[in-house]
Amino acid sequence: MTHPDPAGAPPLLRLRDVRVAFGGGGKTVQALSGVDLDVRRGEAVALIGESGSGKSVTLRTLMRLHPPRHTRVEGEIRIEGQDVLAMSARQLAALRGPVVSMVFQEPLLALDPVYPIGNQIVEMIRRHEAIDAKAARARALSLFERVRIPSPQRRLEAYPHELSGGMRQRAMIALALACQPRLLLADEPTTALDATVQIQILLLLRELQRELQLAIVFVTHDIGAAAEIADRVAVMYGGRIVEQGSMAQLLQAPRHPYTIALLKSRAHGALRKGERLDTIAGSPPDLAALPPGCAFADRCTLALPACRERVPGLESLSADHAVRCLRADQTIGAIP
Amino acid sequence: MAYSRASAAVHAPQPAAVERSPGYWSNVWRRLRRDPVAMAAGSLILLLILMAVLAPWITPADPFHASMLRRLRPIGTPGYPLGSDELGRDLLSRLMLGARLSLFMGITPVIAAFVLGSALGVIAGYAGGMANTVIMRTVDVFYAFPSVLLAIALSGTLGAGIFNALVSLTIVFVPQIARVAESVTTQVRRSDYVDAARASGARSWTIVRVHVLSNVLGPIFVYATSLISVSMILASGLSFLGLGVRPPEPEWGLMLNTLRTAIYTQPWVAALPGVMIFVTSISFNLLSDGLRSAMEVKE
Amino acid sequence: MSATVLPAHADVGGPAQPLLSVRGLVKHFPLKQAPWQRRGGTAVRAVDGVDFEVLKGETLGVVGESGCGKSTTARLVMQLLAQDRGELVFDGLTVGSHRLSLREFRRQAQMVFQDSYSSLNPRMTIEDSVAFAPTVHGVPRAQAVTAARELLERVGLQPQRFAGRYPHELSGGQRQRVNIARALALRPRLVILDEAVSALDKSVEAQVLNLLLDLKAAFGLTYLFISHDLNVVQYISDRVMVMYLGEVVELGPVQAVFHRPMHPYTQALLRSMPSMDPAQRTEAAPLAGDPPNPIDPPPGCRFHTRCAHARAICRQQAPELRRHGPHAVRCLIHQPESGYAASEALT
Repeated sequence: MTHPDPAGAPPLLRLRDVRVAFGGGGKTVQALSGVDLDVRRGEAVALIGESGSGKSVTLRTLMRLHPPRHTRVEGEIRIEGQDVLAMSARQLAALRGPVVSMVFQEPLLALDPVYPIGNQIVEMIRRHEAIDAKAARARALSLFERVRIPSPQRRLEAYPHELSGGMRQRAMIALALACQPRLLLADEPTTALDATVQIQILLLLRELQRELQLAIVFVTHDIGAAAEIADRVAVMYGGRIVEQGSMAQLLQAPRHPYTIALLKSRAHGALRKGERLDTIAGSPPDLAALPPGCAFADRCTLALPACRERVPGLESLSADHAVRCLRADQTIGAIP
Repeated sequence: MAYSRASAAVHAPQPAAVERSPGYWSNVWRRLRRDPVAMAAGSLILLLILMAVLAPWITPADPFHASMLRRLRPIGTPGYPLGSDELGRDLLSRLMLGARLSLFMGITPVIAAFVLGSALGVIAGYAGGMANTVIMRTVDVFYAFPSVLLAIALSGTLGAGIFNALVSLTIVFVPQIARVAESVTTQVRRSDYVDAARASGARSWTIVRVHVLSNVLGPIFVYATSLISVSMILASGLSFLGLGVRPPEPEWGLMLNTLRTAIYTQPWVAALPGVMIFVTSISFNLLSDGLRSAMEVKE
Repeated sequence: MSATVLPAHADVGGPAQPLLSVRGLVKHFPLKQAPWQRRGGTAVRAVDGVDFEVLKGETLGVVGESGCGKSTTARLVMQLLAQDRGELVFDGLTVGSHRLSLREFRRQAQMVFQDSYSSLNPRMTIEDSVAFAPTVHGVPRAQAVTAARELLERVGLQPQRFAGRYPHELSGGQRQRVNIARALALRPRLVILDEAVSALDKSVEAQVLNLLLDLKAAFGLTYLFISHDLNVVQYISDRVMVMYLGEVVELGPVQAVFHRPMHPYTQALLRSMPSMDPAQRTEAAPLAGDPPNPIDPPPGCRFHTRCAHARAICRQQAPELRRHGPHAVRCLIHQPESGYAASEALT
């Protein structure tokens, strides 16, 4: 489903029928089975799913981070119109940083522990731009101020392990923004953070999205966090997007049985004491042996034999809501 | 109580046999089998051991039969397929019989050190605190000496002979194994399942026996196998220096010593015991590496 | 049936007696510092004077952020760590006394850890792991294994399929079920769940939460449920305890704490929960900065450095945990005689 940009320009990020398979050891794991996604400039899109849904794989495929030997990628990935899959190593290096950059879940693992943060940012800047060390350092300082790290001058010289969790995540965001990318990929950036810090980081990302017209693709399993930051959301299951729409649409009027089941299984205070949660029967599909039809059919209460025969196409329900389900007409009003 | 009510709900008759997964070591063996290098090395070692065991019956000539007339014959001499040594004895037969002592002196100290070192290391690792400090710092004193010097010093003090050489080699290897054992035990000690076992009221010895040993002996064993080649070489070195095996017993290191002067006249013959040491050491090392890889993979 | 494999525990004190009473628990971890590094604090004051009770048959939720001491408290209750000061009273008997030995206490209180994989011995089959604890207490092995298989069935894992397997062959949710079975093997009365569902996918979390509720009803269990997920805590708990920097700052019935929080930290924590309404997103972070390090807690009230309502007196006087009916709070605002009202605001 495409989203025509109001200005008529092509989307910043375009994925068409992206398929990713991991081989090696005899088994082939089909991590993505046809992902279509558009992201416009300045738009925040959340990818929601559980383990094995393919959300992290999607992100890493965008930057071609998987080892080429055991990975097979098909389909079309275009960032600012350029074909990412056809890029040479040098073109990719020029893409990563100035155009696209990534923020990871665990900064301690993503940052180099033996160099102060400031050095890492300066290195990143100078790799892509021809400016001297002093100017790069000044830019690093302004980045730290932008992400609201207190005492930024002092923190620039700190090592990653000397910063607290929230500050490390801010530092990683600063590093990701160092070369002024247009697209920020965030892989569960707040999952490991405390609640009070998580909301700070989500607000920061929202602020950066507004000020810098930054497009964000935010991967998470936490619908709450996604609701705070995303304009649009795509729900993934078994390597495909099963429902796509605005955040409000998905929270108030979801139509895919998986999305509905996911929302209903959330624990929250409004439930009566002792009321059991609605759970989804069965377990996630084996990506090495995907069924020919809908991957959710075995766990779906509405499944028909037709569902198991072929994969449903992504059907538009309205201008900004699409669902990959043959039984979508049965799910109106599922969430009161 | 409430429990009996719950159990009553489980009314199915005792079901059919439980599916059993292959154990950890079966999986290790399965992975090892698919490693051609390790399999080749292992087969070679088996052959050598077989040769050593059967040596008295399969040597073509008498390894002790000397002949002053037929000293230092080259390889390929009729009756002496690999030549003869400085006393005219058939080298092939001596090499075959020599495998006995060389392998024995390579493997035995490692086994002894494995038992002693693991015991020390596991106790130190599990107990922690003062016990750990006392044991490990004492071990460190021995560890500080280079193994060759320590072996020689100990052997020299104890005197020549096979038994003394075995003792001194064991003492050389105990600290190294103890260190690895302590390190691995400390890691395992910190894991949640050991905490869970403590929380269920188990006593320390039970926990060590049931939970710690099964997780710890594997890595220690792999490390120990890598010491076998070192042990062989050290034993050969001790024999070379006259501190281990005494003539006329065939042992590869001793043979290297006595054939030393023949380097100028029959270099190929003189080098043969060294070649045997080399081949055996490499095989043990390759097998040890293969074992380590097979044990490392977490499915 | 396996009901009499281990003798049932007697209810000593009656229904009014709290199952667990924690009094004055203190645990400091000394810092190894070189002489030139002395930075003000000499120890990590992980738990610094914690008092609470767990009533029979309830679920007490414990919430708090990094550094609050909730995990350390759990380990102290299980006696996996020895406390520096303070005592534990289980059903009226002091733990470690001659009337209730540590070993006997450990039969009655068990714990489920967060990391489902590292909680299971990778070299033992599932049924062996579950059967281990009863064998320690004298149950013959064959009986223990039979009981283990029944427990596995009870937690939703078919014994035929799972009993002979190893931990790495199971998914996270299945492993956590095994951990729950293991914790129940001794028929405990108190089960501590330390972030037991935090590492699981949401749909699996829902299944495990349902299982925990079923087991609680079937076996008459009492839960101490530690989690950072406020939604889950609100759903499952009867009462809730909020911890900050090694102290209990608020404790009360779950609806009271969640709908009428009294402590400023609790209020900020609850406001930090995502709004779930895209039309009304959170506009300002309720709390700035990161949770502080328990090495050098601020003087007076530990929260005053981040509190929107802090006044000068908060820096000088440390509040005590005071009860207002079933709802207790540690804050000078609710202690009128402290002089809070008259004190000037901190800029």
